[in-house]
Amino acid sequence: MLDSVASIFLSGRNMSRLMEGLAVTLEISVISVVLSMLLGIFVGLAMTSRNRLVLAGTRIYLEIIRVMPILVLLFLFYYSLSKIWGINLSAMSVAILVFTLWGTAEMADLVRGAITSMPRHQRESGRAIGLTESQINRYIIIPQAVRRLLPGVINLTTRMIKTTPFVFFINVPDLVKVGQQIVEITGMRNAMASFWVYGLIFLIYFIICYPISCFSVYLERKWES
Amino acid sequence: MDIDYIVAHIPMFGKAASLTISLALAGILLSLLIGLVCALVRYFHVPVLHRIVGGYIELSRNTPLMIQLFFLYYGLTRVGIMLEGVTCAIVGLAFLGGGYMAEAIRSGLEAVGRAQIESGLSIGLSRPQLIRYVVLPQAMAVAVPAIAANTIFLIKETSVFSIIALPDLMYVAKDLMKEGHSNESNLMLVVSYLILILPVSLFFTVLERRMRRAGLGS
Repeated sequence: MLDSVASIFLSGRNMSRLMEGLAVTLEISVISVVLSMLLGIFVGLAMTSRNRLVLAGTRIYLEIIRVMPILVLLFLFYYSLSKIWGINLSAMSVAILVFTLWGTAEMADLVRGAITSMPRHQRESGRAIGLTESQINRYIIIPQAVRRLLPGVINLTTRMIKTTPFVFFINVPDLVKVGQQIVEITGMRNAMASFWVYGLIFLIYFIICYPISCFSVYLERKWES
Repeated sequence: MDIDYIVAHIPMFGKAASLTISLALAGILLSLLIGLVCALVRYFHVPVLHRIVGGYIELSRNTPLMIQLFFLYYGLTRVGIMLEGVTCAIVGLAFLGGGYMAEAIRSGLEAVGRAQIESGLSIGLSRPQLIRYVVLPQAMAVAVPAIAANTIFLIKETSVFSIIALPDLMYVAKDLMKEGHSNESNLMLVVSYLILILPVSLFFTVLERRMRRAGLGS
């Protein structure tokens, strides 16, 4: 059995190709997560605005993104919108664009939730003891909002990582696509290839996501007490 | 945009949507069942099982459905476990959803106060009665928003079933794209998923509002 496993991963450039695929997966994840966090804060702040037009706009954006499966969005942007708008985006850019659009919407909703769930007396007490508005934000509102936000943000991060296999459908050479190619080639002489390769990819995703999930649980427990 | 083309292919999308609906329905119902059992096992700290269930929940929640399906469909056949496409899709969705539902229901169970359980025991309810009449009604009311979010998430996840050669909406759309009708098929895709998901989303919004009115657990 060990021989068969070794022959799959050690033959040719199989292992280094898988690692290249993993790098693509991680690149898409990291860029989209970072962009989503930054943009999400701004959109989230906009969602707490009193301007009805801004509220309606952000609400519609959030609902559309929420209802559509990410895969449909990928198809839409890759096969149609780039043609309609006449922009030629690479599959990789489309992937990052779609994940960022989705992540921003989810992040914005988390930010909105963290801000609106803040009791009003926090700000009022700050005023009562004579803090300026920026001091109130700096020392009272933001630290508490970050605590409320973090577990959700970490959760969103793992969700985004777990959604990256979808880029397979628009032919980005990610971990899954490379894995499939290896299975196709190696599978002809080694029937167990699909078992070991997909098994390894399964394990890689688990090894990436599990510690992140644990961190979120740890933070929640720590801040609860 | 070719309207005639769209009209001509409505039945095709209808058929694909009905496959998606039946797979999603079966998978989600199984997820709820698995989730309920796992949540109860965790909640009551059933020896040994409690650990196994914990491992399962972590495994299902920290890996993507697509990889689970690849492994189930292409990997397991090599060790002698043959699953048909439809079975594989339902098993995969239930494996993924079970973990999510377990966490949703467990958070509901944990929201039920200890006093509720002790009161139930003190008036002489048996454990099954306690679960059935005291714990679950309150826990489920608290868990509804999370269950709703999971349900919609699972319906959206069904969009990957075409990788195991099931003729679902994405599969049909991809086929039409090969004929050079990507705009038309994308429009059909968006409309189909809107028709599938919006009613579910609205249903849960109404349900959550009703549950809140009941004021359970507050």
